[in-house]
Amino acid sequence: MPNASPQAQLLPGTLDLLILKAVSLGPLHGYGILLRIEQISRRALLIEQGALYPALFRLLRQGLLKANWGVSDNNRRAKFYELTRAGRKRLREEAAGWNRLVAAIASALGAQPEEI
Amino acid sequence: MRLAARLRSVASVLFHRARMEGDMDDELRAHIQSRADDLERSGLPRAEAQRRARMEFGGYQKFKEECHEALGAHFFDTLLKDMRYALRILRGSPGFSILVVLCLTLGIGANAAVFSWIEGLLLRPFPAVAHQERMVAITGTAPSEPRTDMSWPDFVDLQRNCKLLDALITDKIMGASLSIGGRADRATGSIVSANYFDALGVRPILGRGFEPDENTGRNAHPVAVISYQMWQNTFKGDPQIIGKMQRFNKVEHTIIGVAPKGFYGTFVGWAIQFWVPVSMEQTFEGGPYALDDRGARWIEGFAMLKPGVTRQQAQAEISSVAATLASTYPEVDRGHGVILLPLWLTPFNKAGELRPTLSIMLAVVIFVLLIACANVGNLLLVRFFARRHEMMVRLALGAARGRLVRQLLTEGLILAAFGAVGGLLVAHWCRYALVFFFPRTGTVPYLPGEIDWRVLALSIGVCVLATVLFGLVPAIEASRIDLAAALKSEMGGLVTGQHRSWLRTSLVLVQVSLSFVLLVGAALLLQSLQKMRNQSPGFSTKGVLIASIDLFGSGYDAPRALNFQKQLVARVEMLPGVQSAAFAGFVPLGLIPPTSAPIVVDGYVPPLNEEPVVDYSQVGPGYFATTGVTLVSGRDFTPADNDTAALVAVVNEPMAARFWHGKNPIGQRLQVGDHWVRVVGVAKVSKYYSVSEAPRPFFYMPLLQNPTGRVSVLNVRTSLSPQAMALLLAREMTALDSGLAHNAVISMQEQLDRSTSAQKAAVGLLGVLGGLALVLATVGLYSVVAYSVSQSRREFGLRMALGADSANLLWHVMSRAFVLTIGGVVAGGIACFALARFAAGLLYQVSPHDPVAFGSALAIMIFASMAGCFFPAWRASHTDPMVALRYE
Repeated sequence: MPNASPQAQLLPGTLDLLILKAVSLGPLHGYGILLRIEQISRRALLIEQGALYPALFRLLRQGLLKANWGVSDNNRRAKFYELTRAGRKRLREEAAGWNRLVAAIASALGAQPEEI
Repeated sequence: MRLAARLRSVASVLFHRARMEGDMDDELRAHIQSRADDLERSGLPRAEAQRRARMEFGGYQKFKEECHEALGAHFFDTLLKDMRYALRILRGSPGFSILVVLCLTLGIGANAAVFSWIEGLLLRPFPAVAHQERMVAITGTAPSEPRTDMSWPDFVDLQRNCKLLDALITDKIMGASLSIGGRADRATGSIVSANYFDALGVRPILGRGFEPDENTGRNAHPVAVISYQMWQNTFKGDPQIIGKMQRFNKVEHTIIGVAPKGFYGTFVGWAIQFWVPVSMEQTFEGGPYALDDRGARWIEGFAMLKPGVTRQQAQAEISSVAATLASTYPEVDRGHGVILLPLWLTPFNKAGELRPTLSIMLAVVIFVLLIACANVGNLLLVRFFARRHEMMVRLALGAARGRLVRQLLTEGLILAAFGAVGGLLVAHWCRYALVFFFPRTGTVPYLPGEIDWRVLALSIGVCVLATVLFGLVPAIEASRIDLAAALKSEMGGLVTGQHRSWLRTSLVLVQVSLSFVLLVGAALLLQSLQKMRNQSPGFSTKGVLIASIDLFGSGYDAPRALNFQKQLVARVEMLPGVQSAAFAGFVPLGLIPPTSAPIVVDGYVPPLNEEPVVDYSQVGPGYFATTGVTLVSGRDFTPADNDTAALVAVVNEPMAARFWHGKNPIGQRLQVGDHWVRVVGVAKVSKYYSVSEAPRPFFYMPLLQNPTGRVSVLNVRTSLSPQAMALLLAREMTALDSGLAHNAVISMQEQLDRSTSAQKAAVGLLGVLGGLALVLATVGLYSVVAYSVSQSRREFGLRMALGADSANLLWHVMSRAFVLTIGGVVAGGIACFALARFAAGLLYQVSPHDPVAFGSALAIMIFASMAGCFFPAWRASHTDPMVALRYE
């Protein structure tokens, strides 16, 4: 993996959100999800590749994702994941929650002495 | 079908699991390969690309495991892993594991055995019966007696009028003589109503059961169904048995059926060998024909409730039917009622005798189990402290406390499972062991235990409870480990957390106190038994032999029987070593009850509503001299008291006191039945029904004037042994009639001992279990002392280095164990006083606070505990200070 830009560790819980987002753009297999996350995060996030799979199985079990076996573009048998309705709903909620959190943290960190 | 479905589901789970495993591997590998493809495209050689891809992926096994966990497949995997680990740990210390499993095996085994006895004898005694849950015992009630048998006409009317009952069955146990070839033998049979086998749902494997018309006609249906055992043993499994003839009580019977294997009749305590219909009642019961007589009460039996009907509903109905009978036939049925009882309260079989014994046993085995659990808890705790280091390392490395607790519980569960298997094996071997606690009489009683799913479930429940009780102790300890403090103290080598030793000490206290309670109980029962056996029963126990001779069953009528008795007494009295002999219609403390009769006494006005009924026995000339029943005044019966002489009687002292108010009754008149008889003697009171009975009125009539009585008993005063007498008696009887069955000859002492067999069985069982408890408690004390000694090596080393000698150290350790024992004994003593009121009913002339019992229990307890801790104490006193200090 190219290491051009400085990379950030994922906060706990954010991997699920990233997976949901990646899959919301179209069905993907595991490796594809990894590439998509790299792509949409502009390679700013560091993900241990294997750690993707426990997260995928957890989301499957929660009914947020569904999976079907198919054939990848390089002709390998691969399992494709897509969002379920519940998954779509969860993505919306989590994204909104995350945005609120980011805004709050940003405003807290941006506070100036005179504002207090 | 259900089994097949279950197998399919198990298979699909396994199959699914295998497929999931394969899919997961495929998916993860596809990822690595895709990555390698990408890397190869960016210019790396294939081998290097593969290597990089695997590296970037990270720990393959670790992630796979996390995937399983994420899918929820984790629980069983962990359990399996825990179990494998636990087994390894337990194999690593076989001594400890074997000791724990042994303790649990004994504790659970004792429980399961008693459960199986209670199940097989009281709760579900007839496993071959189709619906024994609907079966209830039926018995008559009367104003003057706790229970009565029932008459056939009443029985038929009840059966006809009770709509809530499926069936009412007669089941009257009896003994019969059985002629096989030229040899006479005894067999246990039962007189049953024709619906017996159908109502019970027991189908004969050969031939048929009885048919409705076989209920009627005087001795009109000499047919019999034989048991599987009799078929196998007596008839060698003859396949052509149906239709063959067999003589029972000298009457030829046609064998019409063979009962299935595993059906032993419906009399708790005895295995029934053959059944005959009620129409044959007179052949086996003797006396006048009883089937027409509403006043002749001889029936014991059972009722089958209709499905869904409760015993209370059926009782209400049968009571109203019985009330109708009482008003329709007031002259015989006034005041008589009928009650339905659950099987375990059956009043007419051995269940009544076994009930108190089994309930004590139940309490005792729970004690034993608690002691075993305390022991195991202690052993686990000691081991836990030894393994604390391992636990702390695991905690320090990040193991969750929950996992540690789970691990410890798994270990406990595995030990308990081994204990449960061992315990059930013990129970299985002990199924028929109850018989060994009862003395051997002519026929061996049949006392089977029953291990069915209820017993299994209860035992497993006990096992789980035990696991929680003892497995949780170290688990709680584990969850409480304070890592920082523990690591620190571990490094300092200091042990003794206060509460830990407190926990162990209290476990030992519980053990010692429970064992002490059991020992006191055993000692009290033993004393009761000795009191019962050593008191004078009112007749000679030494030098008197008895033999019961069933002339009636061999076809004798009254005059022939009298003639035979006279001749036999004459012949026996001629034998060397015999002083005298006399027949009687009754033997004290035996299974044959005395006759009873309503009496009227000159000058005695009974209180209102009282019809005096007194038991009596017909006895031959010289009875009092022969049996040693003391005559206070008056005379013994003589051969002159025959049917031509004036009617006479001898009364006992309580009877004289009650009916003549202390005046001398000799020469006074007494009406027995229709005849007036004159009192010629007063005898001392003796024991009639049981050794623990209170003095009761009783009288004697000459056998020559009242030649009734079904079985007669020959009493012989002699210095000969029972065996020698049996041979001589057989010779004399054969000389008179070669067709008579030869009965066992026993001493009066033996008769007395047999009558206390239930108490003896209770003492025996309690002795065995009390011993077991003592051993377990001693092991517990030993393990605690041994552990604390091993933990205090440094202390002992220091003491020795500072000049203490071995005797000092020995005393130091022993005195601590002694204090512990005394503490347990005090707690147990308090428990004994609290339990005293339950014990009082089981004791005979012994106070529940008897000092001798407490003293001997104390002595045994102290001896056992001192023996148990002597070895570790001795080892402590021989600590080599140099080794001990260097070791620490």
